[in-house]
Amino acid sequence: MRPFHYERPRGLEEAIAGKTEAARFLGGGTNLIDLMKYDVERPASLLDLTRLEGLREVERNGEGALRIGALVTNADAAAHPLVREHHPLLADAILAGATAQLRNMATMGGNLLQRTRCYYFYDRQTPCNKREPGTGCPAKDGVNRIHAILGTSEHCIATHPSDMCVALAALEAVVVVRGPSGERRIRMEDFHRLPGDTPERDTTLDAREVVTAIEIPAGDYGRHHTYLKLRDRLSYAFALVSVAVAMELREGRISRLRVALGGVAHKPWRVKEAEALLEGQAPEEECFGAVADRLLQGARGYGHNDFKIGLARLAIARALHQAAAAAPQSHVAKRIA
Amino acid sequence: MMHHPLIGTPQDRVDGRAKVTGAARYVADFETGAEVLHAHVLNSAIATGRIRRIDTSRALAVPGVVEVFTHENRPRTAWFSSAYKDDVGPPGKPLRPLYDASIAYSGEPVALVVAESYETARYAANLIEVEYEAKPHETDLLKQLPNSYVPKKRRSGINPPPRPKGSAASALENAPVKHVARYLIAAEHHNPMETHATTVIREADGKLLIHDKIQGAYATKHYVCSVFGLSEDAVRVVSPFIGGAFGSGLRPHYQLFLAVMAAMALERSVKLVLTRDQQFTIAHRPETWNEIALGAKPDGTLSAIRHKAVGSTSRYEDYQEAVVNWTNLLYSAPDVELEYELVQLDIETPSDMRAPGAPLGAFAAESAMDELAEKLGVDPLALRLHNDTQIDEVMNKYHTSKELRAACQLGAERFGWRHRPLAPRSMRQGRELIGWGLAFGAWEAQMQKHAARVMLDAEGHCTVGVATADLGTGTYTILAQIAAEALGLSMNKVTVLLGDSALPQAPVSGGSWTAASAGSAVHDACARLKAELLLAAQTRNDSPLVGAKLEEVMFDRERIVLMRDPMRAVSLQAAFAAGGRPRIVADGQAGPDQLTQLRYSSHTHSAVFVEARVDEELGQVRVTRVVSAVAAGRILNPKTARSQVVGGVVWGIGMALHEEAMPDHNLGRWMNHNIAEYHIPVHADIHEIDVIFAEEKDLLTSPLGVKGLGEIGIVGTAAAVANAVWHATGRRVRELPMTIDKVLGLTPARTEAR
Ligand SMILES: Cc1cc2nc3c(=O)[nH]c(=O)nc-3n(C[C@H](O)[C@H](O)[C@H](O)COP(=O)(O)OP(=O)(O)OC[C@H]3O[C@@H](n4cnc5c(N)ncnc54)[C@H](O)[C@@H]3O)c2cc1C
Ligand code: SF4
Repeated sequence: MRPFHYERPRGLEEAIAGKTEAARFLGGGTNLIDLMKYDVERPASLLDLTRLEGLREVERNGEGALRIGALVTNADAAAHPLVREHHPLLADAILAGATAQLRNMATMGGNLLQRTRCYYFYDRQTPCNKREPGTGCPAKDGVNRIHAILGTSEHCIATHPSDMCVALAALEAVVVVRGPSGERRIRMEDFHRLPGDTPERDTTLDAREVVTAIEIPAGDYGRHHTYLKLRDRLSYAFALVSVAVAMELREGRISRLRVALGGVAHKPWRVKEAEALLEGQAPEEECFGAVADRLLQGARGYGHNDFKIGLARLAIARALHQAAAAAPQSHVAKRIA
Repeated sequence: MMHHPLIGTPQDRVDGRAKVTGAARYVADFETGAEVLHAHVLNSAIATGRIRRIDTSRALAVPGVVEVFTHENRPRTAWFSSAYKDDVGPPGKPLRPLYDASIAYSGEPVALVVAESYETARYAANLIEVEYEAKPHETDLLKQLPNSYVPKKRRSGINPPPRPKGSAASALENAPVKHVARYLIAAEHHNPMETHATTVIREADGKLLIHDKIQGAYATKHYVCSVFGLSEDAVRVVSPFIGGAFGSGLRPHYQLFLAVMAAMALERSVKLVLTRDQQFTIAHRPETWNEIALGAKPDGTLSAIRHKAVGSTSRYEDYQEAVVNWTNLLYSAPDVELEYELVQLDIETPSDMRAPGAPLGAFAAESAMDELAEKLGVDPLALRLHNDTQIDEVMNKYHTSKELRAACQLGAERFGWRHRPLAPRSMRQGRELIGWGLAFGAWEAQMQKHAARVMLDAEGHCTVGVATADLGTGTYTILAQIAAEALGLSMNKVTVLLGDSALPQAPVSGGSWTAASAGSAVHDACARLKAELLLAAQTRNDSPLVGAKLEEVMFDRERIVLMRDPMRAVSLQAAFAAGGRPRIVADGQAGPDQLTQLRYSSHTHSAVFVEARVDEELGQVRVTRVVSAVAAGRILNPKTARSQVVGGVVWGIGMALHEEAMPDHNLGRWMNHNIAEYHIPVHADIHEIDVIFAEEKDLLTSPLGVKGLGEIGIVGTAAAVANAVWHATGRRVRELPMTIDKVLGLTPARTEAR
């Protein structure tokens, strides 16, 4: 990797002050350091956040919203009693990702900001608009098994690879960030962006902003939720397609439904009209197809990933079934339930 | 008095402790502190063409960079490509790294940076600017099928298909039942835990001590001496531990050439460790296309076999392996046509990978046998046994032994095969469909010329030396067992030395021949040593063993005992004292017996039974049960033997469900070149694996009765998984890996699209 400065800011203010375009915040380093070794990320300096105070708490406020500090590790978040009790969907999604070793290092902030796993993005000897704007997108007619089917552009068809973020989207979380001009709250649906003609930008976070926490509003899904992840082996692989469902059932009818898809777009994919289709309805399997159709409206494949459209349809139906039956997908059992 | 046998008993690995505590030193662990320079390779970004301009000035300007080598400034080495030939390379012109401006494949080395630290070298390599003149390339096997050809020169050690027997074409035409289909297996890259590496230590006198990831120290030595024109005594190769290789370490790779070149040019010690990504630029199992046609009588008797395979190779070498011969080796038919051809692509030369060729042919043949059984409406096991061969019909020879039927019976019983319903989609539990499938497998049992040395001292310490390598296979352990048992010592009195070109000569360890060959050589050396020991014990006139012949004594618990009168014995210590020598050294040999080879063919066999569970809607496959029943002659150590077979089975599951090197044909480059995206099975994918060894007496294959176990575990596994998936779902997937989309039928078959 290229030589860089390593700094340990003593407080948030110092971290923000030190953050230039050429600097990167360092969380667990599980993604950033890899990319530096591959010469994809070339920061002039690393601002190590991991020793900062006050970003490691998990707490619930008066309205029942859960606030998870940006430096809480993925492993700690998934194991935290408040998370397990109030948002098991989040715990499940985190546990569906990576491995125990990686989750022990990975932070909530870093997970939000992890970059795509597009093969070309990682390989500096190939063109890639996300890595080097204007060089082209070889994935479109190349190897694109893991690429997007929704919200793509002619410039980039990459996906956001996070499992955690798919659950956060379904839970309508808010990303709390701090910049030179103070604090800002960004809704999950606005945090990641579609590639458009600037695929080099993954999120709406400003270069000088730092993520300080993730907030999840109160919601009562009981056991009516699931995180279903389909992949090329039963653990330690990114999602081909994943589905997070949070369902509120009242007297046998769906009073509130949130569905987010992973592995299919540059951001966790939600379509509110699709969710509305089932609200007020009994969770009958016959209706699930319509939800899938609406969620996947406009989907297109690029060759190797054509199958994702069909697979997503099947996965959505199964996930809705799991949520309705209060039988969330286990991430310990070596099988899809 | 009872003799305590060691051979045939489960023994822990003698090197186990060293491995788990980190005491075992692998290539990259050999250091000479600050003395050693670190090198990093820059690989080509294009698949074919030439380097128009290469600018290393920015790299050279980095503090700590000692030198950057390219084709423009490389030291003069051997001129002719023949000097680059290695011990087991295929016909053709081997890669000559940095030889000139031309590029033969994406990933070929174009520059070597040598620096004071690894990080500096790797960083500086990224600063090298290369301007290429790209030429059109071709990396798509299926597109090139019309250009396939029969290799002009056969690769030594690989039997080409035999001449056709009868007329398969007309027999097929007349066959009342037939099956014709195409099968495709993706390219796979070897990903041993230890990536390829070479550490060259330059001694004060200019001699080279080379630690290289190689499956036989002599292979490296021969190559280095030939390419660099060095004398035999100027090079010693020491590689005591190899962190897996699976065939990727049979040939020297570019990191060896480059590290030696740099060490000689700079007169310094140099270490070169490839990255995981670079592991995808040296060797792979070739993508292979099969077309198979089987004809049968209504009673299931095969009347015709036609099996053609086309494998990919590079532009510069005709890599070959045995893909199609197995089909007729396993199944008898009067009319047989076997063909094996190659297609040249702009890729690196493929290389042997665990059971090279066999699982590819077996996937086609054993899937096809299942499909034929379906058409005939018979049990696939019954169909196989009905057509089982009694002699090797490919070579027209007798088998030295073939207990496939016994293995099959044991396996079927353990698995519960007789409870299998004939029709697919007959078993389910919850949302999962359950299927049972099986396949046969075979692999050659061979002997190769090996030498061994055994030394015993007066304290009863024994040292065994053979140049062969232990790739994690258990060679250290079985050689210790053989020597300890022969000499009547406990295991902890035996030290085995391997992987050193100063030791008695052995070829590369591969092809499953090491246990039989190195084991027999050690056994032979021990026999000679025992004769000398007995002589020593008989030196004194009052020796209790006076007049005893070698056959009349046994070596037990550090004593030489007369069998007919166990009270008459001499301790090893006393024998040494009487003989007056502090130690006794004996050399042994083993090799193939020409006469036996002329008359017999020798193979290991297996019957693999698999249970697969498939989520009916989502296509997720789980291999929940495997019984691999193996007939492989004498089993030296059931514990290490089981590990070998389990490893093969796991890999077979990976071949069936996960492993796939994905080429971008526009760029002519493998794209998933890391083990996050190149998938192999993880724990969650692996369930019960049961290994059974059938008893098989074979005194013809090797003096020890051993046949070897390195490959047989993988051979039939992928086919058995495919057959189980069909039995579960009714869907036949003919292209590996069977990813979720193929199991669901969401991705069209590539072979049908032609
Ligand atoms: C082999 C492998 C397999 C994986 N499999 C999965 C998987 O299946 N599912 C999945 O979801 N993930 C998976 N991951 C990804 C893993 O979840 C991410 O690498 C991890 O979450 C990143 O967190 P980190 O703290 O290590 O981030 P870092 O690597 O430290 O940082 C990542 C990015 O976030 C920025 N950043 C970090 N913290 C902040 C902050 N507080 N404010 C602003 N910017 C910040 C950094 O500057 C950097 O750009 C896998 C990773 C690997 C290596
Ligand atoms: S999909 Fe995006 S990240 Fe991948 S090559 Fe195209 S531009 Fe780059």
